[in-house]
Amino acid sequence: MTFSPARIAIYALLVLFAALYLMPIYVLLVTGLKSFREVGLDRMWDFPSGFHFDSFRDAYDALSRNMGNSFRMVIPATIASCFVGSINGYILTKWRFPGSDILFFFLLFGMFIPYQSILIPLVQTLQDLHLYGSLWGLVLTHVIYGIPITTLIFRNYYAGVPTELVEAAKIDGASIFGIYTRILFPLSLPGFVVVAIWQFTSIWNDFLFAATVTSNPNTQPVTVALNNLAGSYIVEWNVQMAGALIAALPTLLVYIFLGRFFMRGLMAGALRG
Amino acid sequence: MDSEAAPTRETARGLPRVPFPRFRRRLTPERIASLALIVPSTVAVAVFVYGFIGWSALVSVSEWNSITPDYTFAGLRNFKELFQHFRFQADIRNTVVFTLLFVAACLMIGLFLAALLDRGIAGEGVFRSIYLFPMAVSFIVTGVVWRWLLAPRSGVNLLFERSGLGPLKQDWYTDPTVVHITSGSRLGEALHDIGIGWLASPDFGIPLAMTSVVIAATWQMSGFVMILYLAGLRAIPEELTEAARVDGASEFQVLRHIALPLLRPVTLSAMIILGHVSLKIYDLVVAMTQRGPGFATDVPALFMFETTFAGSHFARGAAISIVMLFSVSFLIIPYLIWSLRREARV
Repeated sequence: MTFSPARIAIYALLVLFAALYLMPIYVLLVTGLKSFREVGLDRMWDFPSGFHFDSFRDAYDALSRNMGNSFRMVIPATIASCFVGSINGYILTKWRFPGSDILFFFLLFGMFIPYQSILIPLVQTLQDLHLYGSLWGLVLTHVIYGIPITTLIFRNYYAGVPTELVEAAKIDGASIFGIYTRILFPLSLPGFVVVAIWQFTSIWNDFLFAATVTSNPNTQPVTVALNNLAGSYIVEWNVQMAGALIAALPTLLVYIFLGRFFMRGLMAGALRG
Repeated sequence: MDSEAAPTRETARGLPRVPFPRFRRRLTPERIASLALIVPSTVAVAVFVYGFIGWSALVSVSEWNSITPDYTFAGLRNFKELFQHFRFQADIRNTVVFTLLFVAACLMIGLFLAALLDRGIAGEGVFRSIYLFPMAVSFIVTGVVWRWLLAPRSGVNLLFERSGLGPLKQDWYTDPTVVHITSGSRLGEALHDIGIGWLASPDFGIPLAMTSVVIAATWQMSGFVMILYLAGLRAIPEELTEAARVDGASEFQVLRHIALPLLRPVTLSAMIILGHVSLKIYDLVVAMTQRGPGFATDVPALFMFETTFAGSHFARGAAISIVMLFSVSFLIIPYLIWSLRREARV
């Protein structure tokens, strides 16, 4: 590979853009690591004098309970979403029936609606079910509104599993559950990973449902708590920055270690899977 | 019922009766089980999506504008009042400005980065991951960080000042200016002469504070467009671009005249997905700017939430949500039909 001036220019541009995209992370880190005496707004770009974890400690104290809430909400919701999507995808690809494509379209539309248009009835219904304000209410909400995307990803995934395999099993007398547990499910691991990562990330990052359904600070997920922290005038901005990094950490770690699967979920979300 | 109707139709045309196995296949216990498995999700979506939309629509034409529910029919009054409300008028203006700037910025940056990365770059995966990582972060985190990065006395302004670019300093999201055509100006008078003088008003201007939100949102979503374009570029047969290069086309010409026309479906997908994100934008504005000076960064979703859950104007909130739903459906329904048809053809 030759290094012509044009190629050097391309690399220079790529590095410049990389620096721009990483700039907020730099600021989050150096601000979080500064001592309280160093955090003046006019010193945003300066290196910290050493590693001071005071901001992280304060932010963690303020957010730890909400981090726990987020985990308690996101784990059951993600697991349930995976199974719901997997079953739907199985039926819509291997047990197609007249109108199954219309049903798919009908399900899919739910992915794009502005959730504002269901918010008032949702609050009323959760209150009637005595789930309003609880994490289980949020779990239910996320599983239901996750049906379209999880069905879409699994449908696209199972469409790649040869139908002959399923037809042969049907002739051999395998039941609908037998075909699922013995043929589809063992092949599904990558599909489950893509859906799990997708749901984990979007449920963790959700703010609208969390802010609407939970009003008690003790049950609020971390996005709501972080927003409250950042909106408070008595909390120093270095603590806010440290809090933002703590709240982003779980999804960032998932992205760093499983980014490949995250990307596949994104592509499926663009209906190109 | 279907299985009984079908044979009659067929026999009427003098065709043999539908073979028995088909009838049996339809009603096996397996068939019934398969339908039973899809029923829970179908019911859940029917109730929680379609039923709830209907319920919201009902609220939007009701008198329920206090704490106690009141479903007395109010006709379209809530909608009429909404469109006359100065705050909602600002919201529409802001949403249009935000959508245009945000979609344009994401498409340009996304295509630019994809075109650079599609040149056999060493470390492509690393660059790609860096450009895409903001997608994994919540809009709340993005909002908190960019609020400080674009704080007038700090962040980016400080960087400009130190690197001798002082004149580039902005008031960012604290700037109440709405750039618009003034009615006294020559352009304003010209517009007046052709009967569209009403365009010369702040209602049709560009609120400068909104550009701060555009910057943060573009930081978050442009990597997604890059991924879409990169996949699109990889799908273009190399013979096509090679042939053009042999004919002496420059890299820019190859991109402009060969790649871009072939990438049109990608561009359309990206525009619709980004467009529907921007019509719904909420979290980012909440965490970053709230309403902004003189509602310069207010959006329908924020108005909806505040008027409903803080102001107890449930009917008005529902009306806003229905307007949002219509604007999103206008984009999404044709797109869904187009995507599913395209899929059916493949």
